[in-house]
Amino acid sequence: MLRMIAAIVALTLLAMPVAHAVQPDEIMADPAKEARARELSRELRCMVCQNQSIDDSEAPLARDLRLLVRERISAGDSNSQVIDFLVARYGEFVLLKPRFERQTLLLWLLAPLALLAGGAALWLQMRRRAGSGGDVPSPLTPEEEARLAALMSDDAKSG
Amino acid sequence: MIAETGHYALVLALGLALIQSIVPLIGARLRDPALMNVARSTALAQLVFCGASFVALVVLHVTSDFSVANVYENSHSMKPLIYKITGVWGNHEGSMLLWVSILSLFGGLVAAFGNNLPLSLRAHVLSVQAWVASAFYLFILITSNPFLRLANPPIEGRDLNPVLQDVGLAVHPPMLYLGYVGFSISFSFAIAALIEGRIDAAWARWVRPWTLMAWIFLTLGIAMGSYWAYYELGWGGWWFWDPVENASLMPWLAGTALLHSALVMEKRNALKVWTILLSILTFSLSLLGTFLVRSGVLTSVHAFATDPTRGVFILLILCVFIGGSLSLYAARASSLKQGGLFAPISREGSLVLNNLFLTTACATVLVGTLYPLGLEVLTGEKISVGAPFFNLTFGPLFVPLLIAVPFGPMLAWKRGDLLGAAQRLLAAGIGALLVLALVWAWAHGGSALAPPAIALAVFVILGSLTDLVERFGLFRVPFATALRRARGLPRSVWGTAFAHAGLGIALIGIVCETTWNSEYIGTMKPDDVARVAGYELKLDDLFQRQGPNYREMIAQFDVSRDGRAVSTMTPSKRSFTTRGASTTEAALLTRGASQLYVSLGDATAEGAIAVRIYHKPFVLLIWWGPVLMAFGGVLSLSDRRLRVGAPKPARIQPHLQAAE
Repeated sequence: MLRMIAAIVALTLLAMPVAHAVQPDEIMADPAKEARARELSRELRCMVCQNQSIDDSEAPLARDLRLLVRERISAGDSNSQVIDFLVARYGEFVLLKPRFERQTLLLWLLAPLALLAGGAALWLQMRRRAGSGGDVPSPLTPEEEARLAALMSDDAKSG
Repeated sequence: MIAETGHYALVLALGLALIQSIVPLIGARLRDPALMNVARSTALAQLVFCGASFVALVVLHVTSDFSVANVYENSHSMKPLIYKITGVWGNHEGSMLLWVSILSLFGGLVAAFGNNLPLSLRAHVLSVQAWVASAFYLFILITSNPFLRLANPPIEGRDLNPVLQDVGLAVHPPMLYLGYVGFSISFSFAIAALIEGRIDAAWARWVRPWTLMAWIFLTLGIAMGSYWAYYELGWGGWWFWDPVENASLMPWLAGTALLHSALVMEKRNALKVWTILLSILTFSLSLLGTFLVRSGVLTSVHAFATDPTRGVFILLILCVFIGGSLSLYAARASSLKQGGLFAPISREGSLVLNNLFLTTACATVLVGTLYPLGLEVLTGEKISVGAPFFNLTFGPLFVPLLIAVPFGPMLAWKRGDLLGAAQRLLAAGIGALLVLALVWAWAHGGSALAPPAIALAVFVILGSLTDLVERFGLFRVPFATALRRARGLPRSVWGTAFAHAGLGIALIGIVCETTWNSEYIGTMKPDDVARVAGYELKLDDLFQRQGPNYREMIAQFDVSRDGRAVSTMTPSKRSFTTRGASTTEAALLTRGASQLYVSLGDATAEGAIAVRIYHKPFVLLIWWGPVLMAFGGVLSLSDRRLRVGAPKPARIQPHLQAAE
């Protein structure tokens, strides 16, 4: 019994530097590969959950996908090959970050375009206003000064 | 009897709302003060009846009247009293009733404290409030009546979803709704201004406190929800870019923009048309959020299609209000006069920049949330838009915004001096660079973007402090003088500084948590030790305990650091017998602003248990930031110059009377 506990402690201690697996038995031996698997897991959707990555989810499907990702990595696939493999199998739905394609064009471009359009609109308006006399009022003419003085004294009397 | 009374009160509230929708408008047309004043009494009466209806539902839940379908489906006689009460809004029908109750509360507040509003403006505002209220009363009465009786009352209820049996739920939805629905006030003011074709600085003065109040609640509500998800869902995430979260983030972003543009309008009488548009958009996004969460469209477009009554009804409300208000805007906005010119480099200019980035950020979230729905409806193709997309598109928008934040309050109205502001921010900049160097030297591992992000956050915090220091002339005048000036400073200036600093503090928390989070995931038996971030956690004991309506398995950990005992942590796993569901109750140990987080997985046959332990450095800053922002909002709200119902200068009155 003691030896078994010791073995478990030793195992958990060994696992420490890696310490990045979602389930202890899923850890890959190579820390670099494990790190890649984790990175990929965060970008893949658990398809039976609502908006969870397979890295977060405890669903059995997520576990299967995590194992699949690790299987592909140990088979020597590159990150993009793993992604292609999963998309071929499960469709674009599996990607939490959609690829830049024809049908996602608007998704990716709308925000930058909105920023550019907003900026351009502001710039145009500034220019138009600058053209129409600027925002600095011209100094008062002597006549206006006199009228102002008259008004002010009027105000002082009545107030 | 109580259920019928509640139902009847709700019908009466609908009747009052319908009267309030029409009569004051006719009054405003005919310039008849008596008819316009109808709005005031109906709004107050509506509050009474809608409130009574809500109280009736609370009483039904507390007394466990299982003859009412809503109580049967969401309650249990053994449930603790607090969850019997919070369970009222833990379901669709009850939460919609809470929604309209808050709406009637705000209507009542405008009626009660709106004595110094021009009569026709108040009539219009309350009338628009009543349009919204009528639509939602109808929605509840037709599709989601919480007072339906069951023909054969069961003896026991089906209990509330255990994940929702938590104090967080007691506070989160009411806060969120106070925010969502609070924006209805600025919406009603905007529509009223469009109908009247008149808008001035006094209008902005009226709208700003209401917007600020709604914004404070929404800020706290979102922060609360995020913390609730963090400790309740059991894997230590605090923001998931889930459509439900995005639904609350969008009105917050638009509301923050509105807050800043209303400032320009109040102080400089500029950006009128834009402020009106933002008021409409902010509340539209609140409505959209209600639609997304309440229609079931998010779980699946198909689920929405198979039971469409509720969804279609809210969609209809959405289209009528958003479409109607935007058409009204298109028709009338040009009649509002633009005023208050300003140079690009000025306080106004910086607030325009703020608005540009905040609305773009809001648009990004909107597109990301709705795109998958739209694509599926149009082409049948299913895609996912999740956290990696939002991090990539939303994050970069905040970088220029945050750089600009300290400059804004330093610039003068109309025409600012960018170089002068930069010189005054020199100390803050140097401080940020020092922090950058320190973090770079100290940090090992993690993203290379983390140190610059922290430096940016420090710049924002130091920048807002600099603004304060500059204003009371600390280091330039004797300390006592500085202290006196500090006391004399308007509260809104303090509010700005706190809110901006809160932004920086939240950013530090976010960056630290995501970059230097350490975790341990393993199977442990009693007496096993796990080491995380310098802490040793020894699993001391595993035992079972019986709670009021659940059984729980508790693990007791002794936490020590460098051989010295720190504390004990007791995470647990609860199984709720009625629903057969279970929840993980994570144990949190706070050390400064950092936390140790332990949550339990499944137990194995050999008496071992799967354990996840996280060390989250500075994680609490993520929520201290928003709390500080809300505090800044409260300070600003308490500013005498802004106070709701602050008396107008007396000398305007005689002039007006003389003219009549």
